[in-house]
Amino acid sequence: MTASDLDPPTRRTPALSAVIESVGYWSRGLPTWEAACAFAVHGDLVADAPARPSPQLLAPNERRRAPETVAVALEVALAACQAAGRDPASLPSVFASNHGDMAITDYMCATLASEPRTISPTRFHNSVHNAAAGYWTIGAGAMQPATALSALDASFAQGLIEALAQIAAGDEAVLLVGYDGAATGPLQTMWGSDGLLGAALVLARAPAGRRATGPLLRAWLSDEPPSPLEGKLSRREAGNASAAMLPLFDALASGHDRLALPAGGGRTLRVELAHD
Amino acid sequence: MKHSASQRLRRHIKAHVAAAAPKRPSLYCGRSPLRDSTDYVTSPPLPMPPLAIRAYTATTALGRGLDAQASALRERRSGLRRNDLTPLAAGEAPLDCWIGRVDGLEDAALPAGLSQWESRNNRLAWLSLQQDGVREALAAAVARHGAERIAVIVGTSTSSIGATEEAYSRLRNDGREFPEDLARPTLHTPHSLGAFVAEATGLRGPCVTVATACSSSAKVFAQAARLIAAGLADAALVGGVDTLCGSVLFGFNSLQLVSNAPCRPFDAERIGLSLGEAGGYAVLERLDDGERAALELRGYGESSDAHHMSSPHPDGLGARLAMRDAMTRAGIDAAEVGYLNLHGTATPANDKIEALAIAALFPDTLHASSTKGWTGHTLGAAGIVESAFALLALEREHLPGTLNSVVPDPANGPQIRFDSADTRIRYAMNNSFGFGGNNCSLVFARP
Repeated sequence: MTASDLDPPTRRTPALSAVIESVGYWSRGLPTWEAACAFAVHGDLVADAPARPSPQLLAPNERRRAPETVAVALEVALAACQAAGRDPASLPSVFASNHGDMAITDYMCATLASEPRTISPTRFHNSVHNAAAGYWTIGAGAMQPATALSALDASFAQGLIEALAQIAAGDEAVLLVGYDGAATGPLQTMWGSDGLLGAALVLARAPAGRRATGPLLRAWLSDEPPSPLEGKLSRREAGNASAAMLPLFDALASGHDRLALPAGGGRTLRVELAHD
Repeated sequence: MKHSASQRLRRHIKAHVAAAAPKRPSLYCGRSPLRDSTDYVTSPPLPMPPLAIRAYTATTALGRGLDAQASALRERRSGLRRNDLTPLAAGEAPLDCWIGRVDGLEDAALPAGLSQWESRNNRLAWLSLQQDGVREALAAAVARHGAERIAVIVGTSTSSIGATEEAYSRLRNDGREFPEDLARPTLHTPHSLGAFVAEATGLRGPCVTVATACSSSAKVFAQAARLIAAGLADAALVGGVDTLCGSVLFGFNSLQLVSNAPCRPFDAERIGLSLGEAGGYAVLERLDDGERAALELRGYGESSDAHHMSSPHPDGLGARLAMRDAMTRAGIDAAEVGYLNLHGTATPANDKIEALAIAALFPDTLHASSTKGWTGHTLGAAGIVESAFALLALEREHLPGTLNSVVPDPANGPQIRFDSADTRIRYAMNNSFGFGGNNCSLVFARP
């Protein structure tokens, strides 16, 4: 008996599906999806990998000044669009982050406690949870809808549900990005988060009767427990607030086909991958 | 063998890129040319199946619940007051501005079983939940579908960050640790709101906090509509809550967007916005075949400006795209809209581009107004508050004007009304636009 036999999709937990056209990935030491795949299989790290992404979508001065969560989100989003051969301006986008940019939250709260009238206007508008989504649409020239979600550990699963629902509602393809940065200051005593992690998928409507252009993903809500963080990518980034999404990327990198992501309220999003 | 899938994925991607690249020239470092037209170049969105609105509510500076909102709108009574919120930093005077503050939150403690969620934002979330039959509508939906088939999709811009700010003003152990009474992690994250509402209602469907700044609690309607259409839920509690805190007061002040007098939307001499706080909800439910509800969500439209983090697109193109898609999904013409609640923040830039966009899309007969002079700009709650005002216009046949505004800006078209009107209408819209150029428009109907 397989896991999916235990808790299959039903009328009350219907499955949504899409083709995964491409993947984008960035963490310190693994600056591309190819590097992440090589690490997941052989354990190799990239020598001299950059400490910070340099998203080409931003002007050079913005590239340096952007919050690191914005930088990593834009880096993986662009990599996924390029790998899918999709014009970034053509895709609606869903950005999922557990805590947003905790360094900016720390800055805002520390400044308000001491010198509130010195708040930086740029850091204020960068403090919105949709900062990455905003910079992405500006850099890409994308007038398509963009959203920014948060649901603690369930952030990526809820983002995936929203992306799949957009496809079900008629969109041909959707960009989904999950990311979180490091916790800083006193805030880190409430929520720890290490490193910098971003991952993106270009999801597209499964073509009827034609050969898919990537693995077919099916997802449905379930009461099964979430997959443990035991894949190589999951273990490497276990301290990051977006680590809960990594069982999916471990499965994509290593050819596994069943997993469950935390979806909130003790439930999970069961994901099945058909690697054709 | 284990890595064969990733090899296959890469091969597929490579093949796909090769096939797709010639057809889709990349624009990675440039901007795509902006069309100065809202004609569809790709296929228009599909019509959306209407959703019933079983209950709705708003709590603002005007009071608690719909009757308080409706009477203040009718009597043209503003909820704005001179800012009386003392900053957390020692020795700092309140900012010289006007605010839309909800009375009585300081005394509205959460029930004992929810006390670990105590924050100003969650208090307002709880208080708003008790109004206008929302709980009864939820209980009926739970009885029909089960708690796991009802989603919780709520919007906010700052969630409980007021509690985080307070913790930072009272740090202990050499500034390294939160004070004990605020060392409750669930407050100090954007999902504080969604997690609290799920806990407070016992709903078990998908639960998510949407945080796209000032469009947040309009976008929740769109997300819920998609979720229900996709079959993942039969009903949804949507809404939004935002409370006044240092981040937004001093943040908007740093951008020089705050007026030192009550805001005057679409007035020629407007100088900026007044901030407010609010909470509200709507209970959306799938309609049975052939069923009609007293009030319905008929359409949504979302877009991005692709222009600037904190200034709107100069031609209002993103705003127009959102309104166009909302009307397309609703299957109606612009001439059929009876009332449009504008975003109308009273900043010089927002109102200028919104007036342009309205003039480009709607006939002169439209009654459009901003209600920010009553409530202030309630940020992440503006979407739900002003959707409630649009629904009130449908239900109670009173179309509000624009408060505090005297001299119409020369850019205003005849659609933008300062005076109220009493008319029965069939369709009402709401516009909500946020930082990052994030736009959402909604169409509601009284069938």
